[in-house]
Amino acid sequence: MTAFAGTGLLVRLVLRRDRLLLPVWVVAIGGVVSAIASAITSVYADPAQRLALGAMISGNPAMRALTGPVFDPTSVGGLIAWRATTIAAVLTALMSILLVTRHTRAEEESGRAELIGAGAVGRHALPAAAVLVASLANLATGLLIGLGLSAQGLPAAGSLALGLAIAGVGWVFTGLSVLAAQLTEGARTANAIACSALALCFLVRAAGDAADVEAVSWLSPLGWAQRLRPFAGERWWVPALIAVAGLLLLGASGLLARRRDLGAGMMAPRSGPANAAHSLRSPLALAWRLHRGALLAWTIGFAVAGAVFGTLAESMRDIVSDNPRIAELISMVGGGDTLVDTFFATELGLCGVVAGGYAVQAALRSRTEEAAARAEPVLSTAVPRWRWLAGHLAFALLGSAVILAVTGFAAGLTHGLRTGQPLTEAVRILGAALVQVPAVWVLAGLAVLLFGALPKLTALTWAALVTFVLLGQLGQLLQIDERVRAISPYFHLPQVPGGQFSAVPLVWLAGVAALLALAGIAAFGRRDLSGD
Amino acid sequence: MPDIPAILISGLTKRFGAVRALDGLELVVSAGEVHGFLGPNGAGKTTTLRVLLGLLRADAGHAELLGGDPWRDAVELHRRLAYVPGDVTLWPTLSGGEAIDLIGRLRGGLDPRRRAMLLERFALDPTKKGRTYSKGNRQKVALIAALASDVELLLLDEPTAGLDPLMEAVFRDCVNEERRNGRTVLLSSHILSEVEALCDRVTIIRDGRAVESGTLAELRHLTRTSISAELEHVPADLPGAHNLVVNGSQIHFEADADRLQDVLRTLVGCGVRGLTCRPPTLEELFLRHYQVMAS
Repeated sequence: MTAFAGTGLLVRLVLRRDRLLLPVWVVAIGGVVSAIASAITSVYADPAQRLALGAMISGNPAMRALTGPVFDPTSVGGLIAWRATTIAAVLTALMSILLVTRHTRAEEESGRAELIGAGAVGRHALPAAAVLVASLANLATGLLIGLGLSAQGLPAAGSLALGLAIAGVGWVFTGLSVLAAQLTEGARTANAIACSALALCFLVRAAGDAADVEAVSWLSPLGWAQRLRPFAGERWWVPALIAVAGLLLLGASGLLARRRDLGAGMMAPRSGPANAAHSLRSPLALAWRLHRGALLAWTIGFAVAGAVFGTLAESMRDIVSDNPRIAELISMVGGGDTLVDTFFATELGLCGVVAGGYAVQAALRSRTEEAAARAEPVLSTAVPRWRWLAGHLAFALLGSAVILAVTGFAAGLTHGLRTGQPLTEAVRILGAALVQVPAVWVLAGLAVLLFGALPKLTALTWAALVTFVLLGQLGQLLQIDERVRAISPYFHLPQVPGGQFSAVPLVWLAGVAALLALAGIAAFGRRDLSGD
Repeated sequence: MPDIPAILISGLTKRFGAVRALDGLELVVSAGEVHGFLGPNGAGKTTTLRVLLGLLRADAGHAELLGGDPWRDAVELHRRLAYVPGDVTLWPTLSGGEAIDLIGRLRGGLDPRRRAMLLERFALDPTKKGRTYSKGNRQKVALIAALASDVELLLLDEPTAGLDPLMEAVFRDCVNEERRNGRTVLLSSHILSEVEALCDRVTIIRDGRAVESGTLAELRHLTRTSISAELEHVPADLPGAHNLVVNGSQIHFEADADRLQDVLRTLVGCGVRGLTCRPPTLEELFLRHYQVMAS
């Protein structure tokens, strides 16, 4: 077992470095599930209400795509499991991915792994330590969820099952991100691969659940978590499936790790041109080189997601013809004119917050560059600070508009191919997708403001994004005051297609975004450059 | 040579929280000279350069660069200077050649002939990606980007750290060429032999303050010459000698510059059979200042 020598010490190093971050993640995820549970317990105390909600969800594919099916609408627990599983599982998966990459590939990229590898430390000790700590965090999250739910008086078996389901998703993505860390030399790319896998899992489950095809939903670990059926006749063999899947991923990573050198990926580095292209002569051109890979990947991902949504949209109509009672219920709750439009509005809203993630990471690329001391050589030339920062900001702003436009276009096109009006629909849904853009820009503006004024605290932008997502997804359910929910820029967006369009909030949001960004640029012009 | 100095710093202070990185620094670099900026790790050399580049804002004092204000006129001044950071990080996905071209163009252009010549002299493969270069090769990328452009001032922060002796020699040749072309160089270093070989004038910095500044000759004048002599008879007393060691007819001691005359006069009276005088090395100068600090 010399390959694992020193793992114990490295576990302590990981825990020391993340002693603040990990507890915040664990408690935040546990807190979200607890809040959902207490809200559902109080709002849906009446069994008739629960049944009505259950029927509404079963009849609404847009809703099922977002959160999955309800397995038992008669019990409070069944509704909690329906509402909490996906959101908690996605957050736990993100926690695991970021943690594993930070302590494996990022360590190799920075060269710190070399310092450790030269010690009496085995080949697999570094990933093993990251996996152990991630598992610990996943188990703590699951335990906190289980204890929190049973403390609210819910059945112990179901509480435990939900905790296990969430921890299980974390476990699978722990394995997946270790695998991703073997493939590429850059921590950024490793994170991107693992997060794309998570997005794909979400999309597969969403498609399966919306179209009501069980076999498709079973292809996704997020589908497994729901199909453990907490509070709805638990299937206790599902955790075994999850455990095996994680172990297989870890085994595959181990095999890959033995075939590569420290610091290297699976692909040999290619050489580049001896001279720069004529166009590589401005901060914007440099930003293009740094952002183009990520932008391309996001564009492809969003195009695929849009195409999936577009393909599903027409099936909404079938439900109306099948079941007039459900159609009536939905038009009452949904607020959109047609089911198809409600579906598009819901899914485009989801794309909007995910595009917010793109905008934040693109805007914060400026901080990555500064912390890695790569801003210094550029700013020591005849480049004003604002132009350098504007290069990165341009990708946050235009890039997010591009990926949303592509989503809308792909969704409208695939939908239109079925209804016979591909171009009309493509343009219509593209327009609806662009409505999300000003809210996304507010996040980019916030990122630039923090970068300019409080560069060590830029991670708060991510916290803001998560807060906006939670307010949007759970604000209504948790009966949070409208004035609080209004801090999220997404709260102000008109519900289109289908709802009433108004340009006023969009202009306001764009104005706020511009003010934030300008304040950030001004602050950056006045401060010292700083490293980590 | 024009009269205004290339760099004029007086009373410069920079704090990072409770730490005073620069504490009333004085530094004058005349146009056309190669100026050594000596000090151990953490003395404030890099902070000084970063203030001169307008990357950091000084808390107090005056700094002038090529007649301009390094903070306010940063962009204009940067067209006229090139900088080599002490710890070069490159973009992982850009090749070395692309990085050289990009940095050169952002400054306002670089001479393709000089670029080709420097690539050859430094034996750098420009097609490798940034993340695959060793420390020394990353250093070469930054050096070539700086040396290939037509600028008045070069700010070099420990530029030979990571270079092998062969490349160090190439670097010295390049700096000497720059001097012949009338360029000003501020060379931060803690490698004394390098400063001794290259620099016209030297400033020694300790704890953010200049403790010594002048030509090497002037600095040597301030310190002691070390003398070994073989004498017919050893004098009972040798006024002006420090650390006197007598070994039979051999004596060894150090003498202050202003007492050399007296000491030699005494020696002549003792029948000198052999005499070795060695001027103080920069290392001795340097150690003198830093041992004071340590004690």
